[in-house]
Amino acid sequence: MSNTLQVPTMADMMNEGKTPEVLFWVGCAGSFDDRAKKITKAFVKILNNIGVDFAVLGTEESCTGDPAKRAGNEFLFQMQAATNIEVLNAYEIKKIVTTCPHCFNTLKNEYPALGGNYEVMHHTQFLKQLLDQGRLKIEGGRFKGKRITFHDPCYLGRANDEYEAPRELLRKLDVELVEMKSCKSRGLCCGAGGAQMFKDAEPGNKEVNIHRTEQALDVKPDAIAAGCPFCNTMMTDGIKNKEKQDAIKVYDVVEMIADVEDL
Amino acid sequence: MQYIPQIIFLAALGFAVWFFARNVKRLRRNILLGKDIDRTDNKPQRLKKMIRIALGQSKMVTRPIAGFLHILVYVGFVIINIEVLEIIIDGILGTHRIFSFLGPVYSFLIGSFEILALLVLISVIFFWTRRNVSNIMRFKTLKGWPKNDANNILYFEVILMCLFFTMNATDLQLQLNGATNYAEAGVFPVSSFLLPLFEGMTDSTLIIVERAAWWAHILGIFFFLNYLYYSKHLHILLAFPNVYFSNLKAKGQFSHNETVAKEVQMMMDPDADPYAMPEEDENAEPETFGASDVTDLNWFQLLNAYTCTECGRCTSECPANQTGKKLSPRKIMMDTRDRLEEVGKNIDANGQFKDDGNKLLDNYISREELWACTTCNACVEACPIGIDPLSIIMEMRQYLVMEESAAPMELNNAMGNIENNAAPWPYNQQDRLNWVNDN
Repeated sequence: MSNTLQVPTMADMMNEGKTPEVLFWVGCAGSFDDRAKKITKAFVKILNNIGVDFAVLGTEESCTGDPAKRAGNEFLFQMQAATNIEVLNAYEIKKIVTTCPHCFNTLKNEYPALGGNYEVMHHTQFLKQLLDQGRLKIEGGRFKGKRITFHDPCYLGRANDEYEAPRELLRKLDVELVEMKSCKSRGLCCGAGGAQMFKDAEPGNKEVNIHRTEQALDVKPDAIAAGCPFCNTMMTDGIKNKEKQDAIKVYDVVEMIADVEDL
Repeated sequence: MQYIPQIIFLAALGFAVWFFARNVKRLRRNILLGKDIDRTDNKPQRLKKMIRIALGQSKMVTRPIAGFLHILVYVGFVIINIEVLEIIIDGILGTHRIFSFLGPVYSFLIGSFEILALLVLISVIFFWTRRNVSNIMRFKTLKGWPKNDANNILYFEVILMCLFFTMNATDLQLQLNGATNYAEAGVFPVSSFLLPLFEGMTDSTLIIVERAAWWAHILGIFFFLNYLYYSKHLHILLAFPNVYFSNLKAKGQFSHNETVAKEVQMMMDPDADPYAMPEEDENAEPETFGASDVTDLNWFQLLNAYTCTECGRCTSECPANQTGKKLSPRKIMMDTRDRLEEVGKNIDANGQFKDDGNKLLDNYISREELWACTTCNACVEACPIGIDPLSIIMEMRQYLVMEESAAPMELNNAMGNIENNAAPWPYNQQDRLNWVNDN
């Protein structure tokens, strides 16, 4: 297994006259945030390993407009959407997978009305599909028997009613899945959504991510699983705030799978 | 002379219905001050949702104790209304227990009403304790009228149930005494225990007590019907249309603005004539983006405001509220209703709306509240009857950003970055694929 990642771009593919099975939408966090880049790479390693024919937009990708829309800037959102839809439609994209629930939600739910119709999947749904198709095999590994709690991203869970795909993947890792006080449809936000990631919080008596981290610590996990680069940052900061970073790590579900696969 | 009670009854009934109809008209007018939104699609799906969530109370039991108690009161309320039907017919015709010809069926009905009434009474006592004694944040935070309003309703239900039992107990005693006009009818599993209270009373005293309880009970119900419009208790009626018209799409899908879509389309179209005159009607008011007042919201959002019964499940699930921020989705709904009522009264007084210098934004809902929202949809999920506080927050944010350019500074920076380099952070779009070769 080579260590170099094979990441073809849509432009490359087009030059070769090829059409990939799926477009991997990396997202801004996945492209630029140091922590999130590791999630991106873990996902690509799995795709490379099992030979999924995919491509990325690379420098042709731009923000989906989610933070602009949630901040109230409909105009900027629609400009982003129009630009992206033009690129996606030009490449005749049919299926998109993304490691960011915010990109997932926007592409899936808010692009169709503006002319962008694609089958959009969150990476945990995509991996679950690969698992069901027998293309991906997950067995036990170093998380076997470990207490893991899954933090539901709002834009995967409540916003799109997907609670099972990430949990099913975790169960395949033979972990001891423990649920926090607020989970699934009643899951508590990490505090980053609605463009909060990019601003200071309003005055209060606590940060939302600290509150959520406390809920996670209450179930005494060995590690916290997440499915969103922003949740990951918020939970990691929360754990650091509680000075537990040496004992408890925050992983994306895909990183745990890649780790088990020893990629 | 013998028709006097019937005439009084008809007058009371007529007044109650007229007054209620008058307020329903006002309610409808106020709700339709909102902008149009199409919720006529997917009728079968909407009906199913209404049956499941409003009629079936499926979301109430997320909180098992409150949910169970609420279902008792709800079932009691709905079923005891069959008894109210009998009372109304008796009142109009001057009969006594007109349904008693049903025999064993009648006995079964009256027996179950009594048991339900007892369960309602017990539940209401629990509710009162939860509101006034227990340490439940979502109730403790209510002050003033909203707190009194909630308690008034509970006191009212206690009074109505007690009158119902008094009426039945005295009726039973009169039946046992063989009084004329009180033929044996019904079984009274609860009020029969009250008989000792009326021991030794003469038939004429018993009749006075029975009649007084009967009249007070039905007049109380007429009053209650008309109290609804002034109270948070409208949900007993509005929950049904509210769930029916509620959003069926994925919660993550926020509505998009068609005017902006047209503008963007023009900008993206290389063949568009930049000097073309817009086809708009010159007299049309320029459209504002987002909402700064209730009339900028749509009718479903205004229906939400009247439907809200201020239970506070939304606020107790809100991450911002849980961490001490000012935002409370319940307050968003209460403010929207209060402002809508203010606008409605203004129209009543002036014939049409006269600028009163107030707005929903700033006079009722502060910017700090709006910016504290994480758009996590916890409030929307928590509402047992399909109210969507988040959509109001989003429209008000849209107003702040698109009409006033009044976003917090850091957000302006992020949006500037998106505009200039296609990411909320100041990284170059050309570097988007650098992660492949990073270590």
